[in-house]
Amino acid sequence: MTDTVARPSAARPSPARLSQAQTAAAANGTDEAARPVAVVEKRWLGLTVETWQKILAPLAIGVIVLGLWEFIVRQAGIPHYILPGPLLIFRTLISDWGTLSGSLWITLQITGLALLAAVLVGGLLSILFTQSKWLELSLFPYAIILQVTPIVAIAPLIIIWVNDTLLSLLICAWIVAFFPILSNTILGLNSADHNLVNLFQLYGASRWQTLIYLRLPAALPYFLGGLRISGGLALIGAVVAEFVAGSGGTASGLAFRILEAGYQLKIPRMFAALVMVSMSGIAIFLVLSFISHLLLRRWHESAMRREN
Amino acid sequence: MTAPASLTIPVEVARSTAGRPVVELRGVGKRYSNGTLAVAGVDLDLHGGEFASLLGPSGCGKSTVLRMIAGLGEPSAGRIDWPRAQHDGRGQPVRDVGFVFQEPTLMPWATALQNVMLPLRLEKVASREAADRAAAALQSVGLDSFLRAYPRELSGGMKMRVSIARALVTEPRILLLDEPFAALDEITRHKLNDDLLGLWAKAGFTVLFVTHSVFESVYLSQRIVVMAARPGRIVADLGIDAAFPRDAAFRTSVEYAEACKIVSARLAAAIVS
Repeated sequence: MTDTVARPSAARPSPARLSQAQTAAAANGTDEAARPVAVVEKRWLGLTVETWQKILAPLAIGVIVLGLWEFIVRQAGIPHYILPGPLLIFRTLISDWGTLSGSLWITLQITGLALLAAVLVGGLLSILFTQSKWLELSLFPYAIILQVTPIVAIAPLIIIWVNDTLLSLLICAWIVAFFPILSNTILGLNSADHNLVNLFQLYGASRWQTLIYLRLPAALPYFLGGLRISGGLALIGAVVAEFVAGSGGTASGLAFRILEAGYQLKIPRMFAALVMVSMSGIAIFLVLSFISHLLLRRWHESAMRREN
Repeated sequence: MTAPASLTIPVEVARSTAGRPVVELRGVGKRYSNGTLAVAGVDLDLHGGEFASLLGPSGCGKSTVLRMIAGLGEPSAGRIDWPRAQHDGRGQPVRDVGFVFQEPTLMPWATALQNVMLPLRLEKVASREAADRAAAALQSVGLDSFLRAYPRELSGGMKMRVSIARALVTEPRILLLDEPFAALDEITRHKLNDDLLGLWAKAGFTVLFVTHSVFESVYLSQRIVVMAARPGRIVADLGIDAAFPRDAAFRTSVEYAEACKIVSARLAAAIVS
């Protein structure tokens, strides 16, 4: 080939390389100069200015709102069984940690297992559905029925039918969580580049090869999008089902603690449990987003940063 | 098909090369299921080692002909024969083609090397050997230091080079290109044209190059097959006798300008009729 630009071994251009490429572009205008350039930004404590803004701005709002809340509660003398201040909630969180953390663990277990089951069943079904049109035609409507029926309405039935409380909660959470994974993955499996499908056909690829090398990787971003939605839904499903079950005992999740605290007018504890549920939801979202970023950062448009 | 046209030098009638052609199209037609007649009565022989272009306006069925030769879509009339091909277990001829699409059509989740390895992986070549052959193919298109780059890290021209390397990694007998450089800027296009000619001169495969650019087809080809639309059919089969290797000097020569003029006139006539 006749390119005259010296090619460095690194795939990502360094600033030095960039200027070299630009000089070369001025000299003979090779397409190498037209390569996308990675963004290099100033960092402070390992994070970019933009990231600091993203962290600090909502944090400031949070501190102001909490301060205002505490101030109003104290000024107006609102009793803590109506509205406790944030400081009291925080103290309760620490003093009741023993009971609450046990319940948190139960709720997280149900959520995690439900999500895992949703990934397995949703993933497997979507592959089966895209392999067989008949299977999709005959089963997909039932998946939709399962999705549109409110979980609060079927939870009592499931709790009656299934003897084990944990298992019944798990089933409820799974029903809520699995549909986004199913529908997103089906969409992903069907959105492989048409020309790439032709290319596989050209080389006589088997169904299996097309699935492994083309359809599954093409579906990955869609699957991960579904997973992030399902993570939140699995938690909601687990909490809602426990509310319906209303069961007590040693193996109770956070929802039962909220109910219990409500009956006993221990409102600070109710708030503390509520904080734990929200924090778990945020943590699940962040973990799944991080996994998604790790898997897509090298190649997918959604994980790319462009300067324009 | 119109009888081969007789033209003054430098454009001459394409002669049939001695020996059996690599691929023979006889009365090939394509009618889509919605009733549209895309191509009708195409007779075309491609001979071993020749560089032929399929030139015509948009929508004249050039790509359809190319895709049928590649086996992407069966002709609805006529037949395509491979007189020199080996046959597989079921008695079907092994087409042995490489195909370059209009877009680079790379898998975004795979590196340049993995993309070029794909045809070999699909043919169940051991991964070590596949990697070696893919690296050699990438080297032949000048991308030896970008083996581990992802498509998004490459420019449009470089992505096209990866696509060409992928088409050539199986060492096909015939390389089919579907307006491969249409989306590139002119400087990059000229460079890739030269690189393609270099690869062709070295490896000696047969090329069928679909384009709507008279200048590109005259620069590259030994032979230009002109097509017209509604329905897609061949209206002229012209030889370009200028010597190889061709370079920037050829692009500015009187010979080149003359040939472009004549081919343009034939194309214009084809569009009017």
